[in-house]
Amino acid sequence: MSLLSVEQLDARHGLLHAVRGVTFAVAAGETLALVGANGAGKTTLLRTVAGAHKRAGGRIVFDGADVTAIPAYARLRTGIALVPEGRRLFAGMTVKENLLVAGAYGRPGSWNLDTVVEAFPLLRARINSRAGNLSGGEQQATAIGRALMTNPKLLLLDEVSLGLAPIAVEAVYRSLDTLIKAGATIVLVEQDIARALGVATRVACMLEGRIILEGRAKDMTREQVTEAYFGLKREQRATS
Amino acid sequence: MIWVTPLLNGVLLGGYYALLACGLSFMFGVMRIINLAHGDLAILGASLVFVIADNTEISPFVALIMVLPLMAIIGWALQRWMLERSLRAGVLVPLLTTFGLAIVIENGLFEYFGADSRSLAPYIGDLAFNSWAITGSIYVGSLAVLTFAVAVVLLGGLNLFLAHTSLGRAIRATAEDPDTAELIGINARSVYAVAAAIAIASAGLAGVFLAMRETFSPYSGPLQLIFAFEAVVIGGIGSLSGTLVGGIVLGVAQMFGAQINPQGFLIAGHVVFLVVLAGRLGLGALEARGGLHGSFRRP
Repeated sequence: MSLLSVEQLDARHGLLHAVRGVTFAVAAGETLALVGANGAGKTTLLRTVAGAHKRAGGRIVFDGADVTAIPAYARLRTGIALVPEGRRLFAGMTVKENLLVAGAYGRPGSWNLDTVVEAFPLLRARINSRAGNLSGGEQQATAIGRALMTNPKLLLLDEVSLGLAPIAVEAVYRSLDTLIKAGATIVLVEQDIARALGVATRVACMLEGRIILEGRAKDMTREQVTEAYFGLKREQRATS
Repeated sequence: MIWVTPLLNGVLLGGYYALLACGLSFMFGVMRIINLAHGDLAILGASLVFVIADNTEISPFVALIMVLPLMAIIGWALQRWMLERSLRAGVLVPLLTTFGLAIVIENGLFEYFGADSRSLAPYIGDLAFNSWAITGSIYVGSLAVLTFAVAVVLLGGLNLFLAHTSLGRAIRATAEDPDTAELIGINARSVYAVAAAIAIASAGLAGVFLAMRETFSPYSGPLQLIFAFEAVVIGGIGSLSGTLVGGIVLGVAQMFGAQINPQGFLIAGHVVFLVVLAGRLGLGALEARGGLHGSFRRP
């Protein structure tokens, strides 16, 4: 049974139809990578699933319950957490405060300040630093840690490598790999196709608001995804 | 020695201004609302305590404890049913809304009380005029010291609340970025309502201390709003500790102004406010310190 089921989801930015009838499902323990060019609708899709963007149509079922009409803050308590593009940390607050404030309003579970710092060791030395003073990698680690503090069942990660130095990307993905191996369910928006194929169990490629390619990561080649990425081949499903 | 007394009195008067400005600063810091009804809400709090003290044997301090929750409920309700809707229409609409609210409160109070001035001083006994001798020639008023102490406790307490409680951190998070706050489970609407409740209750508290130290009428609110606004701008918008400093600077300026010329009380305060404002705008310091465009800063 799917943990997340998105059915015919539509979302708009004014007149722009950013997400068009998107349907996909994510099983527990699965990592789905959403790839696609800028403006393909990946971020809008993720934000709509998290409740941060108003849907124009369709349905979102999470853990057996219809969460379509639930606001973002309440949707988080059902177990959906989003790490937004650009990190969006509370810059005037310390790392510790960023983590604690999320922990206070999330679900009960095994993630707490100690386990998050253990998962992201680079935060240990910066725990009392203001989030606005951190490096990009440290900020991303804090943003993922902040989401984990809410003890999510499903983690939505939007462009975690965007704007980071290669060494920081490596550090973030090392931590993500640990999470994935521990059985976390993740939907990951990623521009880097090779990295998406490396980390995900399934890949979906978006173009102009639609999923045009979807399948198991191990069954896809980089060329297949690249063609879909640039709209060279449309409406193909590698496997079910 | 001639300057020591006005300095001391100015500092203590600054405590009152800080008390008054606290809610204004808090509301702007969290919700980006400049509440033009702030002074009138202070007068409403004072009037409610006056009604209780005048009609019963209850002390104004006990009445204050009864009125503060009521003011908090008024703040909560205002946010839920008026300010929240105004904010949806744009950042300037709350200015008009709170301006309208100020007119409604003023005329409502006028309708009920008439234009006569009133004071709570007769209901607090010796506290209204007692003073303590620092030296043979320097005295400070007991009520002024109490007001200053209450301001320090309120501002310090709010700082501690914001820094060390879950709700305080949620208020700061929502002040910085309400959309992201919702993504970590914070109901921004509820947080705004709580912040409004705190702000309006603190306005009521300040109004009661105003009514103890001097007379007030239904139309006293706008002048108090000006003093509160000046203290907030001098101290830095969105900073509670800055609000205390701003209040003290304003109070000291007014007291020194009054020493120079009887008309100088108000003028000196306005001059200091304008100089600070011009300096900040000129240096761009306001934005750099999280001023007009900033959020509620960490204590």
